[in-house]
Amino acid sequence: MSAETRAAPILRAEGIRKSYRGRLALEVTELEVEAGTTYALLGSSGAGKSTLLRILGLLERPDAGRVLLDGRELSARDRRSRMRLAMLFQKPYLFRGTVGENVAYGLKARRVNPRERDARVAAVLERVGLPGFAGRDARTLSGGEGQRAALARALVVTPEVLLLDEPLSYMDPLNKERLTREFAEILRGEGVTTVYVTHDQEEAYAVADTVGILHEGRFVASGPLDQVMTAPSSTWTASFLGMEPPVRGRIVGRDDGVAEVEAGEARLYGISDLPVGSQVLVSVRPEDVTLFSDTEEIPHSSARNRVRGLVTDIRPKGAMLRVVVSRDDTSFASLVSRAAVSELGIAEGTPVVAAFKAAATRITSAEGHA
Amino acid sequence: MSIIWSSMQEAGRLLANGDPVVWQIITLSLRVSSVATAIGMLIGLPLGYVLGTTVFAGRRVIALLVILLVNTGMGLPPVVVGLFVTLALSRSGPLGFMGWLFTPQAMVLAQVIIATPLIAGVSAAAVGAVPEELRLQARSLGAGRLAEGLLTLNEARGGVLSAIVAGFGGVISEIGAVMMVGGNIEGYTRVMTTAIVTETRMGNTGNAIALAFILLGLALAVNGLLTWLQHMGAAYER
Repeated sequence: MSAETRAAPILRAEGIRKSYRGRLALEVTELEVEAGTTYALLGSSGAGKSTLLRILGLLERPDAGRVLLDGRELSARDRRSRMRLAMLFQKPYLFRGTVGENVAYGLKARRVNPRERDARVAAVLERVGLPGFAGRDARTLSGGEGQRAALARALVVTPEVLLLDEPLSYMDPLNKERLTREFAEILRGEGVTTVYVTHDQEEAYAVADTVGILHEGRFVASGPLDQVMTAPSSTWTASFLGMEPPVRGRIVGRDDGVAEVEAGEARLYGISDLPVGSQVLVSVRPEDVTLFSDTEEIPHSSARNRVRGLVTDIRPKGAMLRVVVSRDDTSFASLVSRAAVSELGIAEGTPVVAAFKAAATRITSAEGHA
Repeated sequence: MSIIWSSMQEAGRLLANGDPVVWQIITLSLRVSSVATAIGMLIGLPLGYVLGTTVFAGRRVIALLVILLVNTGMGLPPVVVGLFVTLALSRSGPLGFMGWLFTPQAMVLAQVIIATPLIAGVSAAAVGAVPEELRLQARSLGAGRLAEGLLTLNEARGGVLSAIVAGFGGVISEIGAVMMVGGNIEGYTRVMTTAIVTETRMGNTGNAIALAFILLGLALAVNGLLTWLQHMGAAYER
């Protein structure tokens, strides 16, 4: 595949609307997925992710709007259109019969001759890590094996677009982590264009090039992975991503690609191309924020941003603690190890300094965001 | 007590000797009810599939009405079916021109009407238990409507088998409809159930009991086959 075709959007949806019993469940003005990339569709339960995926997969008809593949409109009624896509669900939904029969299902529907069928089934089972499983009864597989067989069943028909609906959400954490990595590797290896629905950011990080976040049926953010995940434009998106609401400010100076932002009494520094005078939103991921004691001498480092404030909230986040530092009406969250919290003697009300690098600080235009 | 004992001896003798009248009755029963069940499957399984997949997906009014009809049909008294089929096939009825009244064809027709709702109703419940995603998965892999339907029926095959057995059991054991539309004509439309009534009334208790045992044996065989198939299925799923 040449660099040129890679950049072209292969899958496009426009003007999609879907209501259930009079309630608008989905309203997507535009969605584009570039060829050979993985697009993660993030959102909490009931956000409309699965509905959108089923519409893209031609399994559900929208009330309005259309889905285009390579610039040509697809129809749910047209089986040939459907054959260019393949979908994977939360559970493997393996059919009665052997693993081989399951994987061969789509090839039979495409009237591939038996000899080629067997060869392709064997090859794809190898690729998903189930070599020699063709003769096994499909219902004797474990959860992870089942989902791999389901992936093989979808990949074997060489779909132009692969649609995955939370394929690993039923796995236990250990298996999930391993399979997420493996799935990401397989998808990259196949070079297949993928739309991957998940509510799990870590999964999105592992598989995606591009991300869209759905909230109540509408996109609240979309774009390259690192941009979307680090620069939320609204309070809801920020809290969904585990961040504090973005800080509003104005660019007052620029120096060597680094913009100086005035936000209330504080001065913040981050990478930005926006001109001086722009109204902006500033955000930083909790992983990038370090806390220091108020009295401590902060070592000289590249952490240009230093915000003095009070600890207003401490709550567990996995093995870490998520500490919120507030000053006036702005706040920053920091992920701190339990040991560090006890060493710093942090409790609610403790004065601290939150420090973070300019490189980790995202500055986006506040225009268009209420 | 001695009457029953001597009747049972009579039954054994009849069966062992291969009494031609008895065998004719048995084969006609099996023929009429098998054909009726087969036709009932051709109508009832697609209907059950549509009902089982539509109701849970769409809740359409028409589907609900058909479900209501099917459910009522599952408890339809054979005598009532017999009455309406007799009226329809009678010389002045809408289907009188076919000249089917008091023929095996009329009996098949009546039994199809009894078997179809049973097969449709039970298979609809079985099909409805197959997850929607499984059908969507098949569709997404390129299955056409027919392939998707066949796959779903195969996934629900335990329940589909029960549906077929319910249909067959409903018609092989009914008497009201075959009596009315067939007329219980000896050597032509007399089946096991009507023969049991006739023989008992005539005092030939031995013949009646012989036929009763055969009917019971048949039920046992059919249910045994079903249980075995379902057991196979269960073992396979493990």
